[in-house]
Amino acid sequence: MGREKTFVDNLKVFFAEVGDISYFTARFFRELFKPPFEFKELLHQCFNMGNRSLLLVGVTGFILGLVFTLQSRPTLMEFGAESWMPSMVSIAIVREIGPVIIALICAGRIGSGIGAELGSMRVTEQIDAMEVSGTNPFKFLVVTRIVATTLMLPLLIIIGDAIALLGSALVENLKGEVSYLLYFNEVFNAITYGDIIPATIKSFFFRICNRLDRLL
Amino acid sequence: MEFENNIAPVLELNNLYKSFGENHVLNGFNLKLYKGENLVVMGKSGSGKSVMIKCLVGLMQADRGSIKIKDHDITKLGQKELDILRTEIGFLFQGSALYDSMTVRENLEFPLRRHKKQLGLNDHTETLVLEALNNVGLAHAIDLMPAELSGGMQRRVALARALILKPKIILYDEPTTGLDPITAKEIIQLMRSIQDTYNTSSLIITHDVDCARVISNRMILLVDGINYAEGTYEELIVSNDPKVQAFFKN
Ligand SMILES: Nc1ncnc2c1ncn2[C@@H]1O[C@H](COP(=O)(O)OP(=O)(O)O)[C@@H](O)[C@H]1O
Ligand SMILES: [Mg+2]
Repeated sequence: MGREKTFVDNLKVFFAEVGDISYFTARFFRELFKPPFEFKELLHQCFNMGNRSLLLVGVTGFILGLVFTLQSRPTLMEFGAESWMPSMVSIAIVREIGPVIIALICAGRIGSGIGAELGSMRVTEQIDAMEVSGTNPFKFLVVTRIVATTLMLPLLIIIGDAIALLGSALVENLKGEVSYLLYFNEVFNAITYGDIIPATIKSFFFRICNRLDRLL
Repeated sequence: MEFENNIAPVLELNNLYKSFGENHVLNGFNLKLYKGENLVVMGKSGSGKSVMIKCLVGLMQADRGSIKIKDHDITKLGQKELDILRTEIGFLFQGSALYDSMTVRENLEFPLRRHKKQLGLNDHTETLVLEALNNVGLAHAIDLMPAELSGGMQRRVALARALILKPKIILYDEPTTGLDPITAKEIIQLMRSIQDTYNTSSLIITHDVDCARVISNRMILLVDGINYAEGTYEELIVSNDPKVQAFFKN
């Protein structure tokens, strides 16, 4: 029977984790810039992850835009401000909500998928087999996956944002008799490239923060 | 003994120690593998056979002791030299360890990716893959996924993959475990024919007495982390030591 974990024990575990993550990050960057590069496997992983997450991101984005619009309509109507709907929804989704939600679901889905896959490769000795065949498993398996998610997440976010706006336009079209053309005119008046680019770059940092979920 | 006529061993473990915490797995294990021989290491499950063979190729770090392969001390080699040395060693893993996201063809091409040029294997990759598969009689399975193969076929593909760089030393980690007796016999036959064709030296880890009888020139019994007894099959089976007899009694 172990004794109760004290605060000091937890603190030790916390710092051990921080150490692990720092070591992992340093190793990642060291291996990232050291040849030989695994381009083929990187492309394969990009396709894999983008493709596998597309449906989930699409559905989430669509529901996000739809519900967001549906719920904020009554409030805006009270102030007679329905005409602000497209710009409000688009700015909120493109700048903040889209990147946060999509990064979170991708972290959950892709992250757990990678964990399960590499775990099973470890116990079935596939990683050992790779190492004796002269391939660095960290480079081949880990570096390619991290780079692939980092590259794919901004793309998924742009697609998710677009589908969210489509969902929002659908509500406006059905409830408020706003044509799609008018809706998207309003949207593109409200947002600029300046809104998209920082938001997707932000997603890159969400990616890195995703690793911090292990701290919780 | 016939293989010890003053020639240096191709592979040598000296006084190897390895523990995991309080679990002392190897306590000074010694082994010499001579050119052209089939050396069988027997030990019961969990006695540290896989740990020993993994230390041997540098997949695990031993706590103490020296590991020599062709006069190179592998504990002192850098990553590059170790990779080059590993091309001379074929490794058949206990559970086949085929990459399950790749086809049979991609599995066999994997060791060639890095080493084909280095080894001066000038043949087309396709030719080498087909040759290796023909050796194990599975050329028709080239585009299947590992999950579509039976356990015996997976073991044979794994054997083909271990042989594709034409290594001079082959390490087998329980080649017949998990197979039915007939398939196990086929694998043993295959191992013998490979040895005849390529004149390799083999280290075979097993707890299968039949396998040991058929294939071994010499045997080592691994008990309590040391090489408890050594000799030919015929010598060991008549031993009076109860720990040795325990291996052969059914
Ligand atoms: N990576 C590891 N970490 C901790 N203990 C291990 C590890 N690998 C093997 N062991 C322990 O070493 C012992 C020998 O294992 P192993 O060599 O796999 O046995 P076997 O002779 O059946 O191949 C076992 O008690 C196992 O628990
Ligand atoms: Mg084992």
